[in-house]
Amino acid sequence: MGPRTFHHFMDIIELQKLTRTYGDFTAVDHIQLSIRAGEIFGLLGPNGAGKSTVIKMLTTLLPPSSGTATIAGFDIVHQPGRVRAEIAYVPQLVSADGGLTALENLRLFAKLYGVPRRITNERIAGALKFAGLEEAAHRLVRGYSGGMVRRLEIALALLHRPRVLFLDEPTVGLDPLARQSIWEQIQRLVRELGMTILLTTHFMEEADTLCSRVAIMNRGRVKALGSPEELKLSLGISDASLDDVFTRYSEEQPETSSNFSDISQSRRSLVRLG
Amino acid sequence: MKSLNNATLLEWAEPFAVPAGRFTGLTRLAGQCMALVETEYIKLRRDPTDLISRAVQPALWLLIFGNVFSKLRAVATGDLPYTDFMAPGILAQSVLFVSIFYGIAVIWERDLGIVHKLLVSPTPRLVLVLGKALSAGLRALIQGVFVYLLAWLLGVHLNFHLPALLGAALVVLLGAMGFSTFSLIIACIVKSRERFMGIGQVLTMPLFFASNAIYPIAVMPEWLKVVAHANPLSYEVDALRALMVHGGSSLFGVGWDISVLLAFVSVLTLISARLYANLVR
Repeated sequence: MGPRTFHHFMDIIELQKLTRTYGDFTAVDHIQLSIRAGEIFGLLGPNGAGKSTVIKMLTTLLPPSSGTATIAGFDIVHQPGRVRAEIAYVPQLVSADGGLTALENLRLFAKLYGVPRRITNERIAGALKFAGLEEAAHRLVRGYSGGMVRRLEIALALLHRPRVLFLDEPTVGLDPLARQSIWEQIQRLVRELGMTILLTTHFMEEADTLCSRVAIMNRGRVKALGSPEELKLSLGISDASLDDVFTRYSEEQPETSSNFSDISQSRRSLVRLG
Repeated sequence: MKSLNNATLLEWAEPFAVPAGRFTGLTRLAGQCMALVETEYIKLRRDPTDLISRAVQPALWLLIFGNVFSKLRAVATGDLPYTDFMAPGILAQSVLFVSIFYGIAVIWERDLGIVHKLLVSPTPRLVLVLGKALSAGLRALIQGVFVYLLAWLLGVHLNFHLPALLGAALVVLLGAMGFSTFSLIIACIVKSRERFMGIGQVLTMPLFFASNAIYPIAVMPEWLKVVAHANPLSYEVDALRALMVHGGSSLFGVGWDISVLLAFVSVLTLISARLYANLVR
């Protein structure tokens, strides 16, 4: 089978009035959005804007309260099993098992994803090479640097060749060099495999460098949508940066923007990654 | 093997076209389940300190409690020496304590993001739960070997016939699967380590004392007899008493004991598979 170029002409992720409420609070409010195959799409917005809730619903971890979404044509509510076979997810938290080596982590997920035995070794060797971890393959992940852990986690997503990869704040807590290598990894996945990537980030520089389009969310809604260039132009000021765009559309900070558990959780992952 | 230096990723990673609808193939499910158990085995082999420290408690019970009570002759156990009577109870107790710890381990994995990743994989929830339960079973079986060794050193008259040993292993496995799944359900409901610790403490000791582990059901007050009959631990102990020691006998019948444990495991596994995703919501 050749490159999946035909996907470049279709919407691989479609959100149809996707909604999630918690009691009286609406975390995600009737979001309507299409993401094209082969693009790197950025979901931006202040804490509590609903980005993580959108990702949780798209990755089938959380059922929507109403509305739905399709991924590669499969419905997240009615066909979660089919959706899971088409996607990979790298949570913001550290999701590689620190008590195992890189090789053991890769073997475990190759089996969980049902990678055929005859190609498992080849896939694992390729993933280790992609992550630049051949030398460290037999060391416990617990002793890795933050950048190494992230590279491994992204390489885990290569084992079953998903069509869509979800990355939740992929470079939080990383030094500039490690960040650069993660960016290169992400770009290779899109360029060489035609993968579609949906990521969330708080770094406008990251969104500007990587994303073909971004959506800025606030209070559960999409406030702005377009390429970074388009959004900068839309402000009507010369030399506008994506930071300016972010500030403009993130006004009226929600009251729950930064609660204690958010802070302690992101701090914890910073410590782990540091 | 192709080199990545020259080849693009695409060349290297040819798609393997998994028909997504066939994820229910039994061999695949068994493979997924065994991968989870293998992970536990790798970790236990790498760091057995936890296994060793957990062998201390049953040793204390057998050595101190067992010795004192057999001197007191406070518990009527018929012809059976008291240490022989309580050894199966202590085995069941250590299986219980090992298994109850699985809930907190899964909360820990949730805090790290490992559970998210497992839940997004195409592994059915039922298989994830069974993988955890069998991991607990593996750990409990190793624990069981320790308890047998201790009991043997203390002069308990152990039954080393192969069918009895295999039967005891099955009962230990089922007990561990049941109680680890029970603890997984609690973890899915309380979701935090602090609350789990509280509830874990509140549940384990009553489960232990409201069973026939260290005294027969016959000596209990009526209300406690009712509780003991509803307690799966009683059936585990009852079967072990017939299988582990010479001269020990079962009150309910080993067949009935195993049936009760099987039902216990099945029902809890189904509930747990339903609740597992709650951990990340």
